[in-house]
Amino acid sequence: MRKMSKLRLGVCLTVVALLYFGAWYAEKSMGANLGQAGFMLVGAYVYAVFTIPLKKHAAVYQYYNGGIIQFELPLIVALLLAGIVAALLAALIGLPVLRLKSDYLAIATLGFAEIIRAVVQWDSLGPITNGSNLLKTYPTFNNTKIFGTTVLFPFIVSGVCIALILLIINSTYGRAFKAIRDDEVAAEAMGVNLFHHKELSFVISCFFAGIGGALLAMFQGTVQANSFKSAMTYDVLLMVVIGGMGSVSGSVIASFLYIACSEWWLRFLDNPLTIGSFNVPLLRSGFRMVVFSAVIMVVVLFFRRGIMGDKELWNIGMRRQKAGRRARK
Amino acid sequence: MKKLIALLLVLMMVLPVAAMADDLPVVKIGVFEPSSGDNGAGGKQEVLGVEYANFVKPTVTVGGTEYKVELVNVDNQSDSAKAVTAAQELVSAGVAVVLGSYGSGCSMAGGDVFAAAEVPAIGLSCTNPSVTTLCDYYWRICFLDPFQGSVMANFANSLGAKKAYVLTMLGEDYGNGLGHYFTEAFEALGGEVIPETFPEGTSDFTPYINNAINKGADVVFAPCATTYASLIIDQAASLNVSFPLLAGDTWESSVILDAAKGKNVNVYVSTFFDENDEAGAAKEFVTGFKAWLNANADKKTNNGGNDIVAAVSALGFDGYNVALAALEAAGSIEPAAIAEALPALVYADAVTGSISFDEIGDANKDMAYVKKANTETGAFDFVKTQSVAGL
Amino acid sequence: MFDRILPYLLAGVSVGGQYALIAVGYTMVYGILRLINFAHGDIFTAAGFFMVYLVASLPMQLAIPVVIILTVALGFILERVAYKPLRTAPRMSVMISAIGASYLMQNLMWYVTGGLAKQYPVLPWLSNIVQIGSASTKIVTIVTPILTVGLVIALVALIKHTKIGMAMRAVSHDFETSQLMGIRINNVISMTFIIGSALAAVGSMLYFTNFSTVTPTVGAMPGLKAFVAAVFGGIGSIPGAVIGAFLIGICESLIKAAGYTAFSDAFTFALLIVVLLFKPTGLFGEKAAEKV
Repeated sequence: MRKMSKLRLGVCLTVVALLYFGAWYAEKSMGANLGQAGFMLVGAYVYAVFTIPLKKHAAVYQYYNGGIIQFELPLIVALLLAGIVAALLAALIGLPVLRLKSDYLAIATLGFAEIIRAVVQWDSLGPITNGSNLLKTYPTFNNTKIFGTTVLFPFIVSGVCIALILLIINSTYGRAFKAIRDDEVAAEAMGVNLFHHKELSFVISCFFAGIGGALLAMFQGTVQANSFKSAMTYDVLLMVVIGGMGSVSGSVIASFLYIACSEWWLRFLDNPLTIGSFNVPLLRSGFRMVVFSAVIMVVVLFFRRGIMGDKELWNIGMRRQKAGRRARK
Repeated sequence: MKKLIALLLVLMMVLPVAAMADDLPVVKIGVFEPSSGDNGAGGKQEVLGVEYANFVKPTVTVGGTEYKVELVNVDNQSDSAKAVTAAQELVSAGVAVVLGSYGSGCSMAGGDVFAAAEVPAIGLSCTNPSVTTLCDYYWRICFLDPFQGSVMANFANSLGAKKAYVLTMLGEDYGNGLGHYFTEAFEALGGEVIPETFPEGTSDFTPYINNAINKGADVVFAPCATTYASLIIDQAASLNVSFPLLAGDTWESSVILDAAKGKNVNVYVSTFFDENDEAGAAKEFVTGFKAWLNANADKKTNNGGNDIVAAVSALGFDGYNVALAALEAAGSIEPAAIAEALPALVYADAVTGSISFDEIGDANKDMAYVKKANTETGAFDFVKTQSVAGL
Repeated sequence: MFDRILPYLLAGVSVGGQYALIAVGYTMVYGILRLINFAHGDIFTAAGFFMVYLVASLPMQLAIPVVIILTVALGFILERVAYKPLRTAPRMSVMISAIGASYLMQNLMWYVTGGLAKQYPVLPWLSNIVQIGSASTKIVTIVTPILTVGLVIALVALIKHTKIGMAMRAVSHDFETSQLMGIRINNVISMTFIIGSALAAVGSMLYFTNFSTVTPTVGAMPGLKAFVAAVFGGIGSIPGAVIGAFLIGICESLIKAAGYTAFSDAFTFALLIVVLLFKPTGLFGEKAAEKV
């Protein structure tokens, strides 16, 4: 039982990380989106609000007379709805914001994330969002069973999402996104409608961010708007860059390593340790995060292209082939 | 170069394993408390109570076998998102029972993890009702916010206040809950409430205090973490406010005393315990705890650098003893057995008053202490006790 | 009426001045490197902690200059370690490096302080309380805007009239050409970080005298607001950053006075977005020519 919980921890974290990645890929075509956390928040809240069992409403919405949403949706519907609501919101926000350029765009998205957070915490929305208080008792990874086991569900959802992402990447749209990323002006000259594609990639990425947020909610067991700060967006950015900017598998590997390192493998650094009679120095609460962030800096500075660069795991054997092709050019 | 770095990275990830050898079999008790973040100062004091109890009673006899009690500390960083992984860590460490946490939000977030693993948890100073109502594996040994809120509302009323300004932090379950129950009680007494909230990370409280002044508040009720409390007190003093500041149990901390010392402010708090209590168990605890603090320099630093006994330390002490009593009653160190033994448990020797649980898992407690921060001596002065019957 | 608004205005102007001192650091670095220096807010926090720890062993008169020197050194080291190696890397990598550096500094401070709030020492005179009309406030509230404006005027003079200032303007105008003209780019960049950090150190003294609690993440919000102020005023423009900072400080205080306390942060961002929609490069920003 206890061993299982550790395994499940690893599994859950991977899955959440996978979706973090998914949220990211499409938006690379539009420049940095620093509003990730805001859309994850929307996803998490939509999922949680619609799946809290009716008989628990009175206890959860303890200050709002049980809330005004007096029905619950099936889990899968709520999960999809989380993505859809986040995507709709993105479409709305995208209309004005996507006309901005590079850093101004980044800051505007960051601003929207903060606004979303403030609105969700607004007391007048309390009957729906429970104000700024915790939401809990909705179905989580711990009690969602497929074929009698709780282990499968996260894998299946993330598998479906990754398959979708790969399909998008390899479609006409995916190639247009890549073209915009590499050279906006050239892409426009080739007849790619810039705004249309940016809007689309923003919406797609926010759809996945919404689902990612819902899965994060499932993993944590509780949601609170307060924890969706810009730091969460930064975490996503770090994962993707460490994995390699152009690589799906790289991002997946990096996000697993990232979360496993920070939350699991390095935990021992937080506790004083005595080997024989030797007291290992420096070890106390907080040291884990120092080491972890130092490791990140090393990776960022010395492995500029990330773990995988722009290669995919399944393409590693093809390196020579590509090099040959390049030589012929 | 790159290979070397890669090698180093790999080496860092390999876990060194510390082996521990001891004669007695070990039973682990998890301590789920913040030692950093907004509630870090209070969390540390609560841990001190647990550690002192462990120092007094290092072993427990369960079903005829003597066990050494090992405390497993994790830091939930006063953050409800971090609390989930911290709780996972305790479950993975194989604890029999969990104590904590200071701050209801962390307890509510960790509760699901404990429930999923079927490990019982005993809340020490988390006062929000949802901690136990939404989790079948949480018990608690302190009073609840509806009670505490009405205690302070009655107290505000007895000061002659007609208009109260209630200031809480957005997204803090403890403060929002207490503020809500205070408002209910104060309005029932015929008073008027002006509620406002501040976002996390606020430093500038002068607009809030000015709002309170301009709206003619007679009293300010601000249940929030001590980090913000010291800013509120300091800025209220520099604006020369005339109204008293009221708050709940979190403010009973040396952080508040330091902030109020030498300033012209009136600060009242409600809390679980009074260190001048003359009852036998309480007196013995206070004397012993002070001696223990004074003998350990780093423990004293964790207590805020003085030997004033915080109520949360007393609750930590009681919580540990309740956990041991539960182990003994269960006759087993299996979490499931302990969870079965807890509902019927009665622990009469508690320093904060006899502890037994109702069907939800809350302690049957009906006594709160109101204290005032003395700005000259830097200590809390006892004002009055308030029981449920007296409300 | 004025009596009621005065305390809010005072608080707003004072906070605005403190934002301004941080915002100048953001805007100068952005002007030259086109880099959002996410770690700037943490330098501001670090300056606060330097003071907390130094005052324990040094007299106040000595501690103040030492804090400024240490903060400047920190800014210099930050640039050399985290940004200089990435001079030729894509902008995304530099931004990530900035985020990583900010993360590292926050965690280090968390580790050193044990994650607990520290009380900032009381600076003599500045913490005294004065009466202005019906409002009472700390002297620092009045000193802040005056000092800020003075420092910024000095800075603008430095940039207009000295050799290093001219070099800065050249580098910010065209990075590569100025390199070809023999300007030592690394010196110029270090100089901007030094100036930015020194101003952040002064800003932190004023800020923490007003709000005397220092925590490892305390710089995040003022840092973000200062950055918003810089964008608001047109990033790269120093007077723009200062005006933006004062506007944001005052608006924030007034919005709280109006009772929308839960929205004070959101309002700042909403204001920013509205300005960007109508003036995509901020109030005083240069219109960027599109290079093909």
